Amino acid sequence: MASILSVGVDIGTSTTQVIFSRIDMENTGGYFSVPRVSIVDKQVIFKSPVYLTPLKTQVLIDGAAVRDLVAGAYRQAGYTPADVNTGAVIITGESARKENAAEVLNQLSDFAGEFVVSTAGPDLESIIAGKGSGAYQYSMDNGCTAVNLDIGGGTTNIVMFKDGETVAKGCLDIGGRLIRLEQDLTVTYISPAAQAVADALGAEIEKGRRTSYAVLERITDKMADLLLQALGAKPQEPLLTRIQTPESSWFMPDEPIHAICFSGGVADCIAQPQEGIPYGDIGAILGRSIAGSELMKRFRCISGSETIRATVVGAGTYTTSISGSTIDYADGLLPLKNIPALKLNAQEQADCFAGRDGLERQMRWFMEQSASDLIAVAMAGERDPDYATVCRTAECLAHEMDAALPQGKPLIVILEHDMAKVLGMAMRRALGERRKVICIDSIKVEQGDYVDLGRPVLDGLVIPIVVKTLLFG
Amino acid sequence: MDEKLIAQIVEEVIRQLQAVQTQGGQKPTCSACEDITSPACKAVPMLKAQDPEALLRMKRKTNARIGVGKAGARLNTQTMLTLRADHAQARDAVFVDVNPQVLEDLGLFTVQTCCEDKNTYVTRPDLGRTLSKEAVKTLKEKCVMNPDVQIYAADGLSSTAIQVNLPKILPVLMDSLKAKGLKVGTPFFLRFGRVGSQEHVAETLGAKVVCVLIGERPGLATAESMSAYIAYNAYVGMPESKRTVVSNIHKDGTAAVEAGAYVADVIEMILDQKASGVELVK
Repeated sequence: MASILSVGVDIGTSTTQVIFSRIDMENTGGYFSVPRVSIVDKQVIFKSPVYLTPLKTQVLIDGAAVRDLVAGAYRQAGYTPADVNTGAVIITGESARKENAAEVLNQLSDFAGEFVVSTAGPDLESIIAGKGSGAYQYSMDNGCTAVNLDIGGGTTNIVMFKDGETVAKGCLDIGGRLIRLEQDLTVTYISPAAQAVADALGAEIEKGRRTSYAVLERITDKMADLLLQALGAKPQEPLLTRIQTPESSWFMPDEPIHAICFSGGVADCIAQPQEGIPYGDIGAILGRSIAGSELMKRFRCISGSETIRATVVGAGTYTTSISGSTIDYADGLLPLKNIPALKLNAQEQADCFAGRDGLERQMRWFMEQSASDLIAVAMAGERDPDYATVCRTAECLAHEMDAALPQGKPLIVILEHDMAKVLGMAMRRALGERRKVICIDSIKVEQGDYVDLGRPVLDGLVIPIVVKTLLFG
Repeated sequence: MDEKLIAQIVEEVIRQLQAVQTQGGQKPTCSACEDITSPACKAVPMLKAQDPEALLRMKRKTNARIGVGKAGARLNTQTMLTLRADHAQARDAVFVDVNPQVLEDLGLFTVQTCCEDKNTYVTRPDLGRTLSKEAVKTLKEKCVMNPDVQIYAADGLSSTAIQVNLPKILPVLMDSLKAKGLKVGTPFFLRFGRVGSQEHVAETLGAKVVCVLIGERPGLATAESMSAYIAYNAYVGMPESKRTVVSNIHKDGTAAVEAGAYVADVIEMILDQKASGVELVK
């Protein structure tokens, strides 16, 4: 058995958190067959307190202060960046839209261990939160659909899982900190989305002026109503599209929802309604609105294993997967980060398998598009190929990739079906000493994904892998 | 009853069954069920489950015959027929010969153990281990002596497994071993061969490592499973614990080409460590 240490850092609209988890891997293939390494256990072993995200101004995150928080969490947990094998630093909700978000992320990414990724994007956040909250596991255990609503400070990330598969995702600008208030109900901040909701209601609310609970409740009731619309339980009004988070997908489930689950900071305010405005924002009021809304009556509500920490637990625990156990890679190349993946569709793969050219041109175009001089070619592969096919494919890949890639760059091929070892071997033979080869399988990658390949573990049998989408170029 | 007759009867019964269904105006459950041994047909549950989705999910996870229902205390006719058909395939795998064309295409010559026919082979394991005098002579004539690695194939208990997998695994294995710079012996096919024949082959040819690709006893799940048994410095009378095995090589287990690349690595490891079986540190 081998374990890797994974870190999760989530810089949200209102809170910043750090967790460490241990991912255990074992060869479950048995003594008499080809090794098959699987992840056998995942355990969160340290959770930092929930910190408020330090801001310099409304539009700038205090990068140095965030660094200090993360460094503090490492100290408390008793780890150094060198101990960390994998994980994710993600910047979510409104924080992702701050002017210096990318820079903060970069600072942290380098600080938090050599193989830690920085990822962001509302859709991915939805999936990560749903995995961290337990909705994902629930859908798998019960073979049903489960929707997770991660209601944070700035956004509500929605995802639907069906039997462990993500089937729909989306994100709305609904959150607990969209309106911030003094204790006397003077409005100190109102986000454009909250303003849009207020305007649609004809509710008068303005920054710098006092408002009333009645007005705030009308707004949060509307927000709860909009969530109901998003889940398809009510006809959708145009306002819903106006509060859709930029760059997010439109949540469109095409199957009945069997269960819903709440996570994020506001989830705690739904489960235990609180009076007043304990956090100086509408979080508690929104919680009360949702608790009293149709949402709770129309759907079966399950309680997740994590609420406010769902995203960070998801980031730290569920982003890493592992390659197949029979793979081929040159020593000393790994880890490699942020490799854009060019995914071949069925026809392109068939061309490649038939030894037809065309891949070089496609690669050149893709390298220009992604502004990267290192790319991975991903495809499904074949389940039980014959050797002639493997050789033909290997020669085609070797020739085309060699022609397209700049000198000295390795050829990276990612397959779904178990055929990486033999394909890698055949590619090496076709290439001679010209280039190094990394050929891995049992990994599903989509067009436009980025891939991080970690240091090999378990005597080099497998490679930890993170497949992600990057929002910042 | 011989195999052909059984096959004929099964085919006839299926035909009749389908005729009855069509006559009765009933459509067959699905088009896949024209071949009841096909995975597509086996995937169709034969009972009404309270949660049909859940049953399908369970069926996807195993090829055991679950969700097949029953007729009173017995199996449904279709289940019974599927079982018989699968069993027939398993028996065929044992009793047919490997298609000589397959061996010819791979450039393999054939030698035989001391068994004269399949019946002797099945009933006399001892004879299935020892090489005939002629075999020893042929091997000494045609094979490279004292190789680092001697690869050969044997029908074992499933000729089907060899027929299906050998063309995929053998070239990979030979190429990978040569790429590793090893002296690879001349491959051949051993008819009526058991695993234990590898000691005799190793002694005859003076091979450091011997690897036999052999058909495994077929079950009702697959008749195409092949294994690679590998031994370092094999000698007649060596304990079984000195064998390293890579099993479950077939299209639903480890793909043959991928297994070939893996077996080559294992052989290299065995040569490095000068040990096989339980003494090998993987």
